[in-house]
Amino acid sequence: MAWQFNNTEAVFLQIADRLRHDILNGKYQPDQQIPPVRQLASIAAVNPNTMQKALTCLEDEGLLHSQGTVGRFVTSDTAVLDAAREKMRRDTVRGWLKQAKELGISTEELIKYIEEVTQQ
Amino acid sequence: MNVPVLTCNHLRKSYKNGALVLSDFNCTLPAGKIIGLLGPNGCGKSTLMKLICGILVPDSGAITVCGHPRSEKTNALISYLPERTYFNSWMKVDELIDYFSEFYEDFDSARAREMLHNLGIDTKANLKSLSKGTKEKVQLIMVMARRARLYLLDEPIAGVDPAARDYILQTIISNYDPQATIIITTHLIHDIEPILDEFAFMGYGGQILMSGDADDVRTEKGKSLDELFREVFRYVQ
Repeated sequence: MAWQFNNTEAVFLQIADRLRHDILNGKYQPDQQIPPVRQLASIAAVNPNTMQKALTCLEDEGLLHSQGTVGRFVTSDTAVLDAAREKMRRDTVRGWLKQAKELGISTEELIKYIEEVTQQ
Repeated sequence: MNVPVLTCNHLRKSYKNGALVLSDFNCTLPAGKIIGLLGPNGCGKSTLMKLICGILVPDSGAITVCGHPRSEKTNALISYLPERTYFNSWMKVDELIDYFSEFYEDFDSARAREMLHNLGIDTKANLKSLSKGTKEKVQLIMVMARRARLYLLDEPIAGVDPAARDYILQTIISNYDPQATIIITTHLIHDIEPILDEFAFMGYGGQILMSGDADDVRTEKGKSLDELFREVFRYVQ
């Protein structure tokens, strides 16, 4: 099944987000080789050049590194992975806060809701 | 030096009834691109494709394919999917594969058989016994199984179900060759948008109203190509 994309952000950034999640959630382990561009492009049903751009983003962030013609690997640098994971978590919570704010929920109320809902 | 896969210079084409379909069409397409040629009905997309492969003759202007002036020879470099099926209905799918391998040097029959198998199409079947959608799938497989330099796909996914559509798009991507360029016309912009490198909006008279990198549309306009199309070609009530 082709990946779904929203209409507001460049497709390659959305792909980079998704692959970043896969790396940080352990779908791809440190030092593991990821599938070649063409295969990933085919899975996502996107143009290989678009997939290439997304992978370049992740290389720039240090999450992936390419070994010449052998392929691309997830970094083994735990400091880089931890920092990226931390950022992902913060960004996610920031997203919740933004949504809550749009609904007129204050931070204090949000914390209260979270505690209530978790106990149910 | 990179020779463009296709150049069109000042193409003009009118039909006998006086309709001027292309007034002055120009383009230069490099290798290795998947290009969406998008426009309203009757703007000249199919006419342009027919001119490129010599089914129609332009009133004036010139076409080159991989640096050679358009001729029967350049047709060997082009794999064309017409909007209508043209198969002889008395053939079996197997015979069609033989026919294509004899006709086209660059036809990869093993690939064709693999794709037919993946879509569950029986190669022993008579073409006339196949449904309209299945015939379209067979035709597209024949076109994509060639190792051409220029693919012209006129409405490749219009008549097939969404699952086959996904498979076809994946087929186009996995056949993607850095030496080849693919031009796709379609109205199903939403479906093909992620596989495009570039897009061109064609208005009446064959004018290119807007073109560019498909990836940049969302960043620059904050909307999808589909939404942009609806905006550019909106009919005023």
